Amino acid sequence: MDSLIVRTATKTILPLLLMFAIFLFLRGHNEPGGGFIGGLVAAAAIILLAVSGGVRHAETVTTRQTAQRMMAVGLLLAWLTAVGPILWGKPLLYGYWPPGWEILGIGKLGTPLLFDLGVFFVVIGMTLLVVLQLVDRVEKR
Amino acid sequence: MIEHFLALPVMIPLVTAVLIFFLRSRTQGIKVVSLVGSGVALLLALVLLGQVANGEVVAVQMAGWKAPAGITLVLDPLSGIMLALATLTGLVVQIYAWGGGLPRGREPMSFYILYQFLLMGVCGAFLTGDLFNLFVFFEVMLISSFGLMTLGSTRAQLEGGLKYVVINMVSSILFLSSLGIVYGTTGTLNMADLSVKLAAQSSPAVTAVLAMLFLVSFGIKAGLFPLFFWLPDSYHTPPPVITALFAGLLTKVGVYALIRVFTLIFLQDTDFTHGLILVIAGLTMFIGVLGAAAQNNIRRILSFHIISQIGYMVMGLGLFTPLALAGAILFVAHNILAKTALFLVSGIIEHNWHTDDLKKLGGLLRTSPWLAVLFMVPALTLAGLPPLFGFFSKYALLRAGLETEQYFIVFVSLVVSVLTLFSMMKIWNEAFWKPSPDVMESPGQPTPRTMLFSLAFLGVLCILFGVFAENVYELAHQAAAVVLNPELYQTAVLSDSIDPDLLKSYPQISADFGD
Amino acid sequence: MALMMALIVGTLFATGTYMVLRRNIVKMIIGLGLLSHAANLLLFTMGGLQRGAPPLLGEGGAKPELMADPVPQALILTAIVIGFGVMAFVLVLGYRTVQETHADDLDDLRTTSK
Repeated sequence: MDSLIVRTATKTILPLLLMFAIFLFLRGHNEPGGGFIGGLVAAAAIILLAVSGGVRHAETVTTRQTAQRMMAVGLLLAWLTAVGPILWGKPLLYGYWPPGWEILGIGKLGTPLLFDLGVFFVVIGMTLLVVLQLVDRVEKR
Repeated sequence: MIEHFLALPVMIPLVTAVLIFFLRSRTQGIKVVSLVGSGVALLLALVLLGQVANGEVVAVQMAGWKAPAGITLVLDPLSGIMLALATLTGLVVQIYAWGGGLPRGREPMSFYILYQFLLMGVCGAFLTGDLFNLFVFFEVMLISSFGLMTLGSTRAQLEGGLKYVVINMVSSILFLSSLGIVYGTTGTLNMADLSVKLAAQSSPAVTAVLAMLFLVSFGIKAGLFPLFFWLPDSYHTPPPVITALFAGLLTKVGVYALIRVFTLIFLQDTDFTHGLILVIAGLTMFIGVLGAAAQNNIRRILSFHIISQIGYMVMGLGLFTPLALAGAILFVAHNILAKTALFLVSGIIEHNWHTDDLKKLGGLLRTSPWLAVLFMVPALTLAGLPPLFGFFSKYALLRAGLETEQYFIVFVSLVVSVLTLFSMMKIWNEAFWKPSPDVMESPGQPTPRTMLFSLAFLGVLCILFGVFAENVYELAHQAAAVVLNPELYQTAVLSDSIDPDLLKSYPQISADFGD
Repeated sequence: MALMMALIVGTLFATGTYMVLRRNIVKMIIGLGLLSHAANLLLFTMGGLQRGAPPLLGEGGAKPELMADPVPQALILTAIVIGFGVMAFVLVLGYRTVQETHADDLDDLRTTSK
């Protein structure tokens, strides 16, 4: 598929979508939003790139290898924040909120944010992997 | 302190999978990491089993959110035994696969990663204390098993895999729907809480519908009559290592879920539900063994035997006495060991002679007598001959059947026993005893030692558990006693729960339909 | 509202079952998708329908009586994610099967049951 309109529009929309994804991710740990939706939006942005310019074009941004690596890193991050509390005798997934750590517009910071970051990466990686796999097959025919 | 380690059998396979990913193409490193991960998981499972072997029930709330709102993990002797067996099977299969047997021309990485995720799902299913997480862990397990089933992508694998995936997906959808109905009628999915609330509920019709929905969705996963047909169609298609793993783990998780749900939650009308389960058990064991008798292919015979033996396990649940449940637990245990071993034997046969068709095999007793011994021990265990492990589990089941005066099911299970022995003897006669047919090729390369070692290990366990049957029986009896006393489970989970008055200030929305 | 949802869920289950029972692989996969939507919607309806009530209460927010039950929503989100993953796998598997066997009729996939 090749369409001038989509390609031109993508250039503008892509950075906006990515920023929106990060916004959703940061907002999510105190209010509706979160790593999962953020990850989906980010993945959608990259998929848009693939739709507008073909798989080869999308692979300038991310390859399957990178997507897999994203998943692995995300899983590791989430794992560490989940298991970490056991060392301090707390149950799994226990969230620690350091007192006084607060950022304007986001709210309090705590270890759940790190877990969410892991989820963010896993979702991006997973979605891209599936889509690249399917698109790749279609293009090869 | 021990309760904080409860989550580790789930978390260790996860991190092992991630570490394997970072190693990518370094095959030797992947094998080492995977083996170490499985070993750690087994050690941990044994430690946890040791903690609850005296009949304790331990519960932990994730992130400290109290039950019934939080995510609960519960360990009782039954789940301890299942955890130990699952991780043990995993470790043995890993040792077996060290020397080969994986699909050719494929990165071994995907096998090991999928295997670790499978183990994670299985362990999680044994530990979880609420129904929704049981669903989630089922799905983790199923998605990895889908991957393993089609690893290598031969035509047969794709065909078998498609059937397996579709049937299991339908079962998951049924499970999810019944979860919706459970939540709608009781407002909780925590098993302990649900067990309290359903006992107080006065609508037997809804409970009966729920019980049947759970029976069907777990029955598909366990391979009960008449929902088993996907199993023999798909289990013989992937490489034998993977079939051995599936035979040891997957259907048993379905059986575990049945035991858990029908001893903890659906106790309102045991005459009907458990009577029905008993009928299904008889049909399952009989049809399964008949199916096996008609086959001429080692792995297909063994696949049908899985179904037949699921019948015995469910029979213990249907009889519903402490002795019967202890027998069922022992049966699960011996079946996991023996079945894995038998599939691994078929793997060695396929590795050496490139076929598992009984017509093309023969004379293996002369060419590899050790393999014959390693086949004979689990085969006789499966048939239930004394003094092997399998005998004691069958004995407990039969005695429980006689005590509850269910003579018909005892009769059926005895007939099935004889037929099981018959089909084991069929494999023995055809593959090992009769002179080798002319078409048979000689083994290409020697059998890797790790394969024989893992098999010998399983065989020794089958014998040892038979010799120390008394101690093993004690443990199973303890587990059955705890399972049959739901109050222990309820207090362990709910002793530190949210104040019910606080919950009341949040109105029971589910009771109020419409605009 | 509940009646309408019940009708929709029922229709989805019926069409899903019909599609799953068809012999064409693609139609069967569509049926699986419909069935999982039906299950999600059932979960949603059974969790209680409430209009215009937020599932989360901020500080000084709405009163608990005006709150929608967040549990079914969380459950459905999880179920959708899992369904999405499985669906992606089934699509790839179906595609590979058609490629490998050159048949999109389930009756032609019988080599493993002989």
